[in-house]
Amino acid sequence: MKKNDWLIVLVVALCVGGFLSFFASSSPDGLEWVAEEQGFLDTARASFDALIPDYVVPGIAGERLATSLAGIVGTLAVFGFLLGLGRLMYQVNDSDVSSGS
Amino acid sequence: MHIPDGFIGDGTAVGLIGAAMAAVSVAFHKVRASFLEKVPVLRMKLATFPPLGEGEEMSIQSRLSDLGRRKAWRLAAVGALIFAAQMVNFPVAHGTSGHLLGGVLAALIAGPWEALLVMSAILGVQAVIFGDGGIVALGANVFNMGIVGALGGWVLFRFFMRGRAGRRGFLESAFAAAWISVVLTSVVAAVEIAISGTEPIGSVLPAMALVHVPIGIMEGVITVAVLSALVRRGFPIAALSKEMSSYEKE
Repeated sequence: MKKNDWLIVLVVALCVGGFLSFFASSSPDGLEWVAEEQGFLDTARASFDALIPDYVVPGIAGERLATSLAGIVGTLAVFGFLLGLGRLMYQVNDSDVSSGS
Repeated sequence: MHIPDGFIGDGTAVGLIGAAMAAVSVAFHKVRASFLEKVPVLRMKLATFPPLGEGEEMSIQSRLSDLGRRKAWRLAAVGALIFAAQMVNFPVAHGTSGHLLGGVLAALIAGPWEALLVMSAILGVQAVIFGDGGIVALGANVFNMGIVGALGGWVLFRFFMRGRAGRRGFLESAFAAAWISVVLTSVVAAVEIAISGTEPIGSVLPAMALVHVPIGIMEGVITVAVLSALVRRGFPIAALSKEMSSYEKE
């Protein structure tokens, strides 16, 4: 098992986020549906303007491309953040391996 | 099941931000501590070889660094996969849709505390970049999908694994834990909405639980499909490795 075998999983993730995401159902999810049925959906408010609202990159012609781009950006953002966090948590300092530690 | 700002009250939201921050901090230190527990193990393994002098320390360090790199890649790859999978809403009965939450999947692949960090990272990116789930409600979402969904899902998995063995027992337990974790997460979200005074508990709780029963089945199906694909290809799965013994001691 080489470390870069996980690269395959990243590639699969990019395919899912960049391609399969376009076929996502646009029906409300469980929580939204309940909120709509019970009439509290309108209590939702946006506290700020998201960079890429609703997983569609603004200013891109073609919804398919805009969604794919959003999926790829998000997948890479999560990957990059967690790789950095992992490097931090799994770093090995000299003091960690010195005798008697 | 990302709660937007407004569904829950400020008091509820702030309380859950505190709980989420505490849990994430505990997770960070648990993961770091269990990683460093491998130092004496590696030293014992190396002790069976002739003494290498200066080289021995180097060898432990390089082996540990290599293990660390692989663990960091696993953490990041699992997060990327779950984020991407969460984008793909599948249709469910009567005009609703659902998507993978991935708490149990992350916990079984990377470990329960790692899974809490993975879910928090995903929810953070979704809230900040995509406006999916509120910023003030981020603590609630981490509480629901990270603490209840991933850590709670892990506890459910351990419960179902009792007296079971083999790949079949593993996958059956994973399915059951994934399914129930989604329904449990929806119940907790409903309670938060109810205590915020948004909707009475008598109506929101049964509705949330019922609509998430079929969504939970899909969670189980996707969780088992991904797990069996990874196991078949020889990926190191935390739930199947001896390293989990360091969590069992607690």
